[in-house]
Amino acid sequence: MSLSTDKVVGTDHPEGDGQVSAVPNNSGSTLAQMGYRRQLKHRYLILLGVTLLLFASFIFDVANGPGNFPLSVVFETLLDPQAHGIKLEVIIWDYRLPIAIIAVLVGAILALAGAQMQTVLNNPLAEPFTLGVSSAASFGAALAIVVGWSIVPNLGPLLVTFNAFVFALMTCIFILVATRIKGVGTETMILFGIAIFFAFNAALAMMQYMASEDELARIVFWMMGSLSRASWEKISLGAILLCFALPYSFYRTWQLTALRMGDDTAISLGIDVARLRVEMLIVISLLAATAVAFVGTVGFVGLVGPHIARLIVGEDQRFFIPLSALVGALTLSLTSIISKMITPGIIYPIGIITALIGVPVFISLILSTRKERLS
Amino acid sequence: MTLEISELCAGYGRKQILKDVSVSTVHGGEFVGLIGPNASGKSTLFKSIAGAVKSTGGTITLDGRDLRHASRGQRSKVVAYMPQSYGCNAVLTVFECVLLALKQTTGWRVKDSDLQQVSSVLQALGLSHLADRGISKLSGGQAQMVSVAQTLVREPRLVLLDEPTSALDLHHQLSILSTIRSFMQDKHMIVVAALHDLNLAAQFCDRLVLIKEGEVLADGKPADVLSLNAIDDTYRVRTSLERTSRDTLYVDARLSA
Repeated sequence: MSLSTDKVVGTDHPEGDGQVSAVPNNSGSTLAQMGYRRQLKHRYLILLGVTLLLFASFIFDVANGPGNFPLSVVFETLLDPQAHGIKLEVIIWDYRLPIAIIAVLVGAILALAGAQMQTVLNNPLAEPFTLGVSSAASFGAALAIVVGWSIVPNLGPLLVTFNAFVFALMTCIFILVATRIKGVGTETMILFGIAIFFAFNAALAMMQYMASEDELARIVFWMMGSLSRASWEKISLGAILLCFALPYSFYRTWQLTALRMGDDTAISLGIDVARLRVEMLIVISLLAATAVAFVGTVGFVGLVGPHIARLIVGEDQRFFIPLSALVGALTLSLTSIISKMITPGIIYPIGIITALIGVPVFISLILSTRKERLS
Repeated sequence: MTLEISELCAGYGRKQILKDVSVSTVHGGEFVGLIGPNASGKSTLFKSIAGAVKSTGGTITLDGRDLRHASRGQRSKVVAYMPQSYGCNAVLTVFECVLLALKQTTGWRVKDSDLQQVSSVLQALGLSHLADRGISKLSGGQAQMVSVAQTLVREPRLVLLDEPTSALDLHHQLSILSTIRSFMQDKHMIVVAALHDLNLAAQFCDRLVLIKEGEVLADGKPADVLSLNAIDDTYRVRTSLERTSRDTLYVDARLSA
């Protein structure tokens, strides 16, 4: 036996290592558990805090408007619609309340769809509109405005909303079918989305070129996104959808969290990745198509909600999903307030405000977090 | 507890990788090393057993039950597979990563016993100090150890480790294999690990299975398998097997002329 041979096999014999044991000593393990429990408590507090903020924002949104009614009057009208006469009942119940609720609902829906899409595509840059859903919806709306054509005839005032929904959903179904083609990965899906985005944008430009001045104005206004299209019917539909999508996401929470560790790890943990991806894409499709059909193009919320949630609570989906929805709802609720406050008496389209105010806030948030991590 | 693999065939599409792979009965508490050159079918064999790749023929019998006919859920409760790729850009702590692996087979709600189980595995693998660290902030070796922790925390009956030491330094190679071995004996599990380092394989494995181009060339005790000429032919090297003064095997390998 040579000296070198003896050294190679002899110095670190496993039995002599002594640093690991088969049956761990649990007394030393409490630090990791305590750290985890502390983290959980912190996250529950964050969820509670953001919920309270959202509630405050919602009340302020309802109270805020050209009428300048005292908060007590608004509260009383909310509790008893006829407390201060028919005028206030109409303003609060038919106008302000639906707008405030749809802001919260659509914000939550868009952020939830964004969070799920980022998880499913394993790409933090994904959002419902990455896959061309918004451009498809815009084209559908433009088609209804310019040509008056719809798959279902005689829809009357619902024509534009319905067409937007159908085209958004059709795009999602196309992507779903594409995912079933063997060998199509998440990168290919995003590339499909980009291709769809450009195709529908070109078709939309064609519609705008063909449109009259009045039709062109309607298309542009629709694309800007507006909460003034709120109605109790839309609220009911949105609430039903959210009541289905949120519990379903919670049901899949551990599998979705595992999906973020990559396909190989998820498969090794026994997850049917292909099936999970299709199921979640169906949910995302319904969420995205509904939100776009309700208020038009509001592209920023689906990206910012999940990003802020990720920065605060990480990607344990038990917290990431609800916080994304809450942040999305809060973002759109605050935007609704700001859109009414810029010029008294004028409500600016929500899509413009989210981008104008949200993007600088978002960038500063990312930069401050990076700085904090680097220091 | 026993594992038997008989005439297993598997592949990707029309390309057949595994050709009638048979491994004689493996018993609980046995550490089997799967050795062979790159692209010899080791990972495909693991994926077939774990159900990630559909096998086209043969049987994989664990405790008398053919795993090929088990559902994904049933299979993941008894088989844990650690893939070659590990690490990710997810915003999750090490503790969360190990917990999520455990929660795939237990109920939705996190119980105290789950936390205890995660802590125990982290401690056993010497990862407790990294519990709060983000998975994306770990070195390659640390991420690989977390991947091992994800596999062991589920306490399966069969553990499949695809190159568990490829990113580890010498100390951690020895300590992690030592821990896996201790775990295995303590829980009476079966461990099958793909290893490229023949000295590690000789030191830690009870049995070695040599595989080349999807076929099993040898299956037996390390001293028997490593002394075969088939090792030289398979790896295209010249080897000599020596026994050290501590009664461990040492494979001296040089490139063939």
